[in-house]
Amino acid sequence: MPAIEILGLEKTYSVGFWRKRPKRALFPLQLTVEDGEIFGFLGPNGAGKTTTLKLLMGLVYPTSGSARILGQDWNEPAVKAQIGFLPEQPYFYDYLTAHELLEYYGQLSGVPAKQRSHRVNEVLHQVGLPDVKGLQLRKFSKGMLQRVGIAQAILHDPKVVFFDEPMSGLDPMGRHEVRDLMDELKYQGKTVFFSTHILSDAETLCDRVAIIHKGELRGVGAVEDLTSSVQGKIEVIWQGTQIPAAMKALGAECHVSGDRVRAIVDEKQQDAAIDALRRERQQLVSITPVRTTLESYFVEKLRRAETTAGKTV
Amino acid sequence: MNRRIAYIASNTFREAVRDRVLYNLIAFALLLSGAAILVGQISIEIEKLVVINLGLTAVSLFGVVIAIFIGIGLVSKEIEKRTLYTVLSRPVRRWEFIVGKFLGLAGTLVVNTFFMAIGVFLALFYVSHKFVKADALILIALYFIILEFLIVCSLSLLFSSFSSPLLSAVFAFSLFVVGSFAEDLRNFAGMAHGISRWLATAAAYLVPNLSAFNVISSIAHEQPVAGQLILHNTLYALFYATMALSGAVLIFEHRDLK
Ligand SMILES: Nc1ncnc2c1ncn2[C@@H]1O[C@H](COP(=O)(O)OP(=O)(O)O)[C@@H](O)[C@H]1O
Ligand SMILES: [Mg+2]
Repeated sequence: MPAIEILGLEKTYSVGFWRKRPKRALFPLQLTVEDGEIFGFLGPNGAGKTTTLKLLMGLVYPTSGSARILGQDWNEPAVKAQIGFLPEQPYFYDYLTAHELLEYYGQLSGVPAKQRSHRVNEVLHQVGLPDVKGLQLRKFSKGMLQRVGIAQAILHDPKVVFFDEPMSGLDPMGRHEVRDLMDELKYQGKTVFFSTHILSDAETLCDRVAIIHKGELRGVGAVEDLTSSVQGKIEVIWQGTQIPAAMKALGAECHVSGDRVRAIVDEKQQDAAIDALRRERQQLVSITPVRTTLESYFVEKLRRAETTAGKTV
Repeated sequence: MNRRIAYIASNTFREAVRDRVLYNLIAFALLLSGAAILVGQISIEIEKLVVINLGLTAVSLFGVVIAIFIGIGLVSKEIEKRTLYTVLSRPVRRWEFIVGKFLGLAGTLVVNTFFMAIGVFLALFYVSHKFVKADALILIALYFIILEFLIVCSLSLLFSSFSSPLLSAVFAFSLFVVGSFAEDLRNFAGMAHGISRWLATAAAYLVPNLSAFNVISSIAHEQPVAGQLILHNTLYALFYATMALSGAVLIFEHRDLK
């Protein structure tokens, strides 16, 4: 059973004060997230990531479409007891302390009274806020609020967690900790669905990613599949500053930097390239297949979207 | 009662206390003791009249102001600050949230009124040095005042579910004022003709009939309150508040959170 099935969710807001105009924030979205995956929902600012998460949480209503979470209708209270949600730039009752807030949320989520205070201490420790007792949330920094946000999302030991931009507002150390925490959640068998506009956050972490732009899905796949869509190229590096003529004849793009030359050639010409270097007695440093980074895949996708959009106008 | 509603209500109460809402009691105490000392020179009968009239009117006005100013922010502030996101993504239904918030504010007002009532009785004892059986009538007046708060709270909540806080405050306060003269409005409707008769009748039955809840001056003169009025006011307040709350729920259930 998939953890999350998004079945054509679509959202059109109406904007403007006097004359209401429709604004399509999300085109009908079809997406399935498998049980136990870390799934990255990627897209630039304004792509529709937050809108999708708010739809899934029942905070805004879809123009059409529906969703299933853990095999049940997404608005069932039984489902809500098994999911956790970290909103974008979370904000909480600032007259409460973190302990009081989590105690309250534990009550609402049905965490048994006996386990509650133990569980609150446990999650606060887990997100790196072990000693904030007595401090009201109004005195918390942005990064600390983000950590409280993660704590409240995992407090009731949910099966599926939804994080909207979980690394935002955190320093590099904090980002690293959040990454570890998501890995830990996956290890515990949970499904993690998170949005981000920072690709490097997704690259090392996700089993699969989806790319969304201007409310439309542009691609879904395993990170390896997307990034190893090598255009059949390899990178050859050798010591020296000379470029053998035979190398140029292979159509290699060569760049000299310092005392090394870096050349990109077709995969099929790997042997010919090595032979050419050997003949000229150049000292080979490395041969590696060229992998597109998620970043360049992403840029490529968006650029293509831009040009097709341009054509239809 | 549904447990989640109780949790939401008690958190609402805690918020009001931490926002120093109960500090209004200080102003109330100053007002009342000032009045008690000032009128301390005249006859006991008049002193009693002043303390009961002024005391209960202040209880009612202070409470109405709190009911309106907290009531209009109860839900809209949570939408504005987005504190609702992490509540409604839990197994909490939207109507449970509204009802919990309402009961939390109602509870705050009951506690507040309780302390004010103690103040009124202390002032009464200060001027007359003893209690008489008729003083128990004050309890009935206080009960009516609390019923009135329920109506005003529910109306503030209803208005704030579709308009801005400022407009909601204006609407709620106007309705409170018009409602306090509902009896006169009904009389006017009885005398008017044609279109204005229809309009006045419709308005007279739509606005809360708060004049029926004001027994302050009659109990100050030690006139008894009919049991039927107690029953009628209780049912009326519960019905009116339930209607207004249902309206608020209906609107809130269908709206997108910002
Ligand atoms: N409440 C709203 N009313 C009108 N437009 C909105 C609203 N929320 C979001 N939008 C618009 O929908 C689009 C998607 O926004 P959002 O989902 O927040 O993107 P992301 O989270 O990917 O940055 C944006 O163009 C944004 O301006
Ligand atoms: Mg966003």
